[in-house]
Amino acid sequence: MKQQIPLVLVFVFGVLLAIQYFVPSEPSQRFYEVALDGLTVIGIFAMVLGIWSQIHVGYNKIKRRAEDWQYSVVTLVSMFGMAFCGLSFMGGLNGPIFRQLYNNIFIPIQAAIFSLLAFYIASASYRAFRARSAVSTVLLVAALLLMLRVIPTGPLADPINQIGSWMLMVPNMAAKRAILIGVGLGSVATALKIVLGIERSYLGKD
Amino acid sequence: MEQTASMATQIWTTVGILLTFCLFSFLYKDNPFYKFAEHLVVGVSVGYWAILLYYNGINPNLFSHLFVFTNDPTTGAEFNTWKPKFDELYYLIPALLGIAMWTRFSRKYAWISRYPLALYLGISSGIAIPVTMKNNVLTQLRGTVVGLGFDWSTSGFLGVPQSIWDIIVILGTISSLIYFFFSKEHKGAWGGAARLGIYTLMIGFGATFGYTVMARISLLINRIQFIRDWWNMIS
Repeated sequence: MKQQIPLVLVFVFGVLLAIQYFVPSEPSQRFYEVALDGLTVIGIFAMVLGIWSQIHVGYNKIKRRAEDWQYSVVTLVSMFGMAFCGLSFMGGLNGPIFRQLYNNIFIPIQAAIFSLLAFYIASASYRAFRARSAVSTVLLVAALLLMLRVIPTGPLADPINQIGSWMLMVPNMAAKRAILIGVGLGSVATALKIVLGIERSYLGKD
Repeated sequence: MEQTASMATQIWTTVGILLTFCLFSFLYKDNPFYKFAEHLVVGVSVGYWAILLYYNGINPNLFSHLFVFTNDPTTGAEFNTWKPKFDELYYLIPALLGIAMWTRFSRKYAWISRYPLALYLGISSGIAIPVTMKNNVLTQLRGTVVGLGFDWSTSGFLGVPQSIWDIIVILGTISSLIYFFFSKEHKGAWGGAARLGIYTLMIGFGATFGYTVMARISLLINRIQFIRDWWNMIS
């Protein structure tokens, strides 16, 4: 019951949903819509586990006065504060305070975190772009050409642009297609393994 | 009134600026200001996503099927009246399964959470098999081969007929796939093809890396402009 029913559920719904794709009828479409809604609902309910875990870890840290416990207070207060400001009686997603918190805390911090990466990516570039072999030289040249393409380079602008466009449309496209095909085949193989019960690590041990 | 709005904007923007400086302080070294901003963003993100998923996930995908929704006469916004409706009661099944996920909190009943998990994996795998096969594999193969029009009159880069470049795209794609095929040893002609594949892939990775660097630099420029605008506003 603990192992077999989940395996049967995975197989039945996996096969049904895969067949549904080839059955263009209204009941089939309706089944697909309900299944997709169910998928979303289960996923969102599962998110509660993550939120609870976050609260649990933060609360325990504060209770035990663990190192840097004060930051857990910041996390918990901001979490509940943001959620509270988004409740219906506060105006929901369009509530004035919720929008201000989103625009002046959430967005600036996220943008600043990602812009910080500009500095780290610069040092990573230095390490990655040292032309130590033919393969790394190709990587270096491709990245440089692409970046030079968008800055004014005077008389060199036209040839750089042409080479850059060619690079994007020929070798880059070939590489991206190969990667997409590889990822696609890998995803299908993994999905088949799950549906057929070969991959069952999600069931746990007992 | 206008003075108040302007003051509120100044205060909120100053908060954003202070948090930006808190994060940039990490460039010196890890410090309490950075840690404060880091923990703040974790909390705010969780709160934001929880609310967003309630309104854009639970409401349209579950509650709208189980309760009567109506439009607010003044704002026009749709809201839940919490009056039950009984024509789509089968939507209780995903709700119950969703709740069953919470049995993970209990060691004794954690096994029940396997049912919703199994359903989730079954549905997502079932949907993924034909869709991924079509979008990632067949469409890409079609795009690679159909592009080959044997149109020798159109010249492309360096005046070379476009068809030549189309053939090179096909060769690049095949050689890149060969590089990822590890069931056969990369020796001889096969190894040569794999070698061509790694060069093709490196150009692709170089392009991706270049784009990533540019995107991060753009964000940095945007932050600097944000600081400049704030400075102009307060001075």
